[in-house]
Amino acid sequence: MTASVTVVGASLAGLSTARALREQGYAGRLTIVGDELHPPYDRPPLSKDYLAGTTSRAELDLLTTDDDGLAVDWRLGRTAVGLDTAARTVLLDGGERVVSDAVVIATGARARRLPGPTPAGVHTVRTVDDATALRAELVPGARLVLIGGGFIGAEIASTARTLGVDVTVVEALPVPLAGPLGAEVAQACAGLHGDHGVALLVGIGVERVLGDDRVRAVRLADGCELPADVVVVGIGATPCVGWLADSGLALDPVTGGVRTDAHCATDVPGVLAVGDCASPYRRYADRPLRLEHWTNALKQPATAAATLLGRPATVSADHEVPYFWSDQYESRLQFAGHQVAGDEVEIEGDVDARDFLAVYRRAGEPVAVFAMNRPRPFGKWRRELAARATAPV
Amino acid sequence: MIPVGALADIPVGEAIRVQADVPIAVFRVDDGAEGTVYAIDDTCTHQKASLADGWLDGCMVECPLHAACFDLRTGLPDGPPAKVPVRTHQVVVSDGMVYLKLAEPAELGAGTREVEVA
Repeated sequence: MTASVTVVGASLAGLSTARALREQGYAGRLTIVGDELHPPYDRPPLSKDYLAGTTSRAELDLLTTDDDGLAVDWRLGRTAVGLDTAARTVLLDGGERVVSDAVVIATGARARRLPGPTPAGVHTVRTVDDATALRAELVPGARLVLIGGGFIGAEIASTARTLGVDVTVVEALPVPLAGPLGAEVAQACAGLHGDHGVALLVGIGVERVLGDDRVRAVRLADGCELPADVVVVGIGATPCVGWLADSGLALDPVTGGVRTDAHCATDVPGVLAVGDCASPYRRYADRPLRLEHWTNALKQPATAAATLLGRPATVSADHEVPYFWSDQYESRLQFAGHQVAGDEVEIEGDVDARDFLAVYRRAGEPVAVFAMNRPRPFGKWRRELAARATAPV
Repeated sequence: MIPVGALADIPVGEAIRVQADVPIAVFRVDDGAEGTVYAIDDTCTHQKASLADGWLDGCMVECPLHAACFDLRTGLPDGPPAKVPVRTHQVVVSDGMVYLKLAEPAELGAGTREVEVA
């Protein structure tokens, strides 16, 4: 019988865990620890409408009147610094120990930074405070250099253009996003930058950021210097698992996330992990995957709650299939499934008109779908993939 | 009233988008007969997406972006991520033509609340 649960992490995955526990009938004590002072808020708008100033701070808040019955003991602005798995005790900064029957790890991920100290004007964007600080510097005519052409980089580049900022994107790979999307589709996405007056430099690394008190340029590996008033580093994220170093919990050697089974259980009874920091076995890909997707953080906790309460897991069919979206330059990009190098890509529509659907096939079978500005057929394909994923073998 | 077009131009189980002051999504829901027509604000109250592009299941439409579900009859969301209902609009079908009588502008942001921090 579980009478107390501590959730470490107060973002979407942590909040969704609390909601799922209550929905599934859990009536015991519920504590949520979060290292930011803010109550749970939504992060996707931080690189889009919140950064553009068209979504307000209040609109980011995730809690609604429907959450009045959650009865959570919030510990916000507190950082978990250790986990004693045997005693199921979470150690907080300041020395407080939170003891409970079960612990759900939902600490998320943090933005990867450049090594060493950097001058003022160099940003990463993960938290609302990060986005607020960056927004203050994105003034018309400012010169912004984005280090990294991934989703965060591309979304910030596109938002900055709407603010009248002069934007250059530097990407180390020959084609940004080739990993998650495959080269052919990624090439089409990269074309969006040029369509909107953003310079994209590919296949070149960054040597360092120049400037004393304030950034003034980015020096590339070939010695070229790009003048810059503002720099955003968008080179991925790493799971927040450092606090678990002495816990004995197994981390996945490839993804770096907390290793769990398909039901969010770690190898320690009563300790589970969800969201960006977790690396569960995924039936859909037939291997462990650590996903940094919003939909995963929203849906996966229902599985964790069922596991924790000893109830049958009721995974919704669509959650078997990883899904993410990105908004760039008024184009809507959506992806569902899991593609690997070598999958065949079948394009329907007009790539040059930025209006197409791509179906990825392996041995003839559809395994993933991507759409640029084609939500209706994408929705049908996403359902088709979900139906295939859950069909009896 | 705003003219939408001919009922015959909206296949049963499908939706079209019409532009009023804001975009409106008009659905023709399969009811086993002629199909019932419903109209709601097209833009999801969660984040920008067209509900006319969503997945129709009975009288519920699922947003194509984040799977927020809205009841076409009441405009109410069935839970996160949407917090705010969409407006529903009165539909009139006359002589095979569809017309809309738009609802009053909605007060956006209702339903959100502050949290007390311990």
